[in-house]
Amino acid sequence: MAGKRKPKIAVWKFASCDGCQLSLLDCEDELLAIAGAVEIAYFPEATRTRLKGPYDLSLVEGSITTPEDAARIHHIRRSSKALVTIGACATSGGIQALRNFSDVKDFISIVYAEPAYIDTLTQSTPIGEHVAVDFELRGCPINKAQLVEVITAFLAGRRPKTPAHSICMECKRRGTVCVMVAGATPCLGPVTHAGCGALCPAYGRGCYGCFGPMEVPNTEAMSGAWKALGASEGEVMRVFRNFNAWSAPFRTESEAHEKEE
Amino acid sequence: MKKKNETRVIKVDTLARVEGEGALYVKLKGGAVCDVRLKIFEPPRFFEAFLEGRDFNEVPDITARICGICPVAYQMSSVHAMEDLLGLRVEGPLRELRRLLYCGEWIESHALHIYMLHAPDFLGYDDAIKMAKDHPGVVERGLRLKRAGNDLMALIGGREIHPINVRVGGFYKVFEKRDFAALIEEFKWAREAALETLKWSAGFDFPDFEKDYEFIALRHDSEYPFNEGRIASNRGLDIAPEEFPRHFEERHVEHTNALHCVLKERGAYFVGPLARCHLNFDRLTPLARQAAGEAGFGPECRNPFKSILARGVEVLYACDEALRIMKNYERPERPALAAEPRAGTGHGATEAPRGILYHRYTLDAAGRVTAACIVPPTSQNQKTIEDDLWQFIPRHLDLPEAELTGRCEQAIRNYDPCISCATHFLKLDLVRE
Repeated sequence: MAGKRKPKIAVWKFASCDGCQLSLLDCEDELLAIAGAVEIAYFPEATRTRLKGPYDLSLVEGSITTPEDAARIHHIRRSSKALVTIGACATSGGIQALRNFSDVKDFISIVYAEPAYIDTLTQSTPIGEHVAVDFELRGCPINKAQLVEVITAFLAGRRPKTPAHSICMECKRRGTVCVMVAGATPCLGPVTHAGCGALCPAYGRGCYGCFGPMEVPNTEAMSGAWKALGASEGEVMRVFRNFNAWSAPFRTESEAHEKEE
Repeated sequence: MKKKNETRVIKVDTLARVEGEGALYVKLKGGAVCDVRLKIFEPPRFFEAFLEGRDFNEVPDITARICGICPVAYQMSSVHAMEDLLGLRVEGPLRELRRLLYCGEWIESHALHIYMLHAPDFLGYDDAIKMAKDHPGVVERGLRLKRAGNDLMALIGGREIHPINVRVGGFYKVFEKRDFAALIEEFKWAREAALETLKWSAGFDFPDFEKDYEFIALRHDSEYPFNEGRIASNRGLDIAPEEFPRHFEERHVEHTNALHCVLKERGAYFVGPLARCHLNFDRLTPLARQAAGEAGFGPECRNPFKSILARGVEVLYACDEALRIMKNYERPERPALAAEPRAGTGHGATEAPRGILYHRYTLDAAGRVTAACIVPPTSQNQKTIEDDLWQFIPRHLDLPEAELTGRCEQAIRNYDPCISCATHFLKLDLVRE
């Protein structure tokens, strides 16, 4: 990124709710400064402008669920110097990866009267299963301060600082009393990746895993603690089957409880 | 010169400044429109299917994920449908707090659409960032107004996107009156900014286009509708939410991954801010009614391009209403009513920023979902958007290709389509034959 040319940024969408790319527009205080520092070359949700690649930084939202998208992501990778996935869909397949545990034909016929019109893959998969990814930003949705950090870091040529420890550390830092210890409320915080700022415990409820698995999660012990608080096999299975259900640690754990149920 | 029977195609492969992925394909032959297809190619995500088997308490956290722009609407229609099923009525301060959360979402979503998605069409820019170079104060005002809505959602919901504090029966956490002190000050600014927004957008050059639509919106005894009301229209429809399936039908059309929802008796209809203003103008606050009048906007407006004014009126109303609720706030005695599972079917209809959002769930005795049905506003407006283009394009065939394409895109944006919601789309192909 030498010289005076502004770095070109592109924002791409696959199967998703648009929330993670909206996070960029939700940076109300930083948006015009970011837009001043970079050239927004492709971002259909925000602009009609479409500039050709190569792009210095591609932000990718959403998971791969159609044959066209499985091909499109390779074109994007080839035209991007750095590719960063934003959010749980792009990083672990998203809530739509719940189809991966069922027969997708049944799913189509539940939602659509004419299944023949629908072209979809049997699985929803993260971007990293298709192409090399330079950095994965977690969260459903991502944290917008972390998004600004990721963009800043890539433009400066350094790794982003986004801690991979658990939600528990964020509760301690925030001064939230443990909802599990003090309130006997089942909480997924001990195995969940930091990033949200430990919101749920601060609002008196247990974590439900929006940021996916932390770096070395002991999911088996986590399930044991849930059951000790009275959770059923089905409840344990379902809490691992949310927005990061297809990430390996959560997938393995939920499958263990599916058998038990 | 163009030949008399020339075929022309107008194509927009990826519609910009809409939420989600869609395309437009229009085919013209000899100056007549012969095909209009609003194609939603956003991949389907099958929410109704994977909700089956989930516990009723998990549903509002999952349905929020249908849409990053209007998660509160999904959470609200979910909890109201569940409460209908369980026989719960959330009243008093808890009900007011839900209304306040919804005000935040309307302000955030409408300010995004007015300033960042729709205004650039009227002022001739590709996007709000380029608009900001010539109109920095305007864009900064829009961003701060949007942030006020987001700040309200972040306080009550925990965060702006996919709030964590909503549950069947109420909330996980409720607040002290002093928690709203800083927001009350910001909302006094926001209400003035909303007045300025309306004055500013009233000066736009609106295409001369009107249609006699069937407008459908919730109608409540005393309130401008958010969470509650009967489903009403300007052609005599007046039904409770549980009668929705008897009067509406979702059709699966080949060119789109979003189902078209139509009235069984009369076909296409119109939901969203223009419909709400038409049916509920008398329920706006005096300030909002007066400002609408000064902006040359009223309940009889049938020009979809003026929906930006309806959004402006609703932002003003939502600021006014949020201030009322925050000033009169009393801490609820408890955060939520107890919700015990039982078997049955429940219906919920609330007003998402883009229009009516209907949910229906069936639970078994253990509280597990056995069937779910979700009808988002954009699938209800899809047919009306196509009908608008059938009428709009023949009047503007003299326009150069790029300008005509731009006008078609603007006509689609009138509806603030949320394609992520509707697919469960947007791209323009204009073919001239």
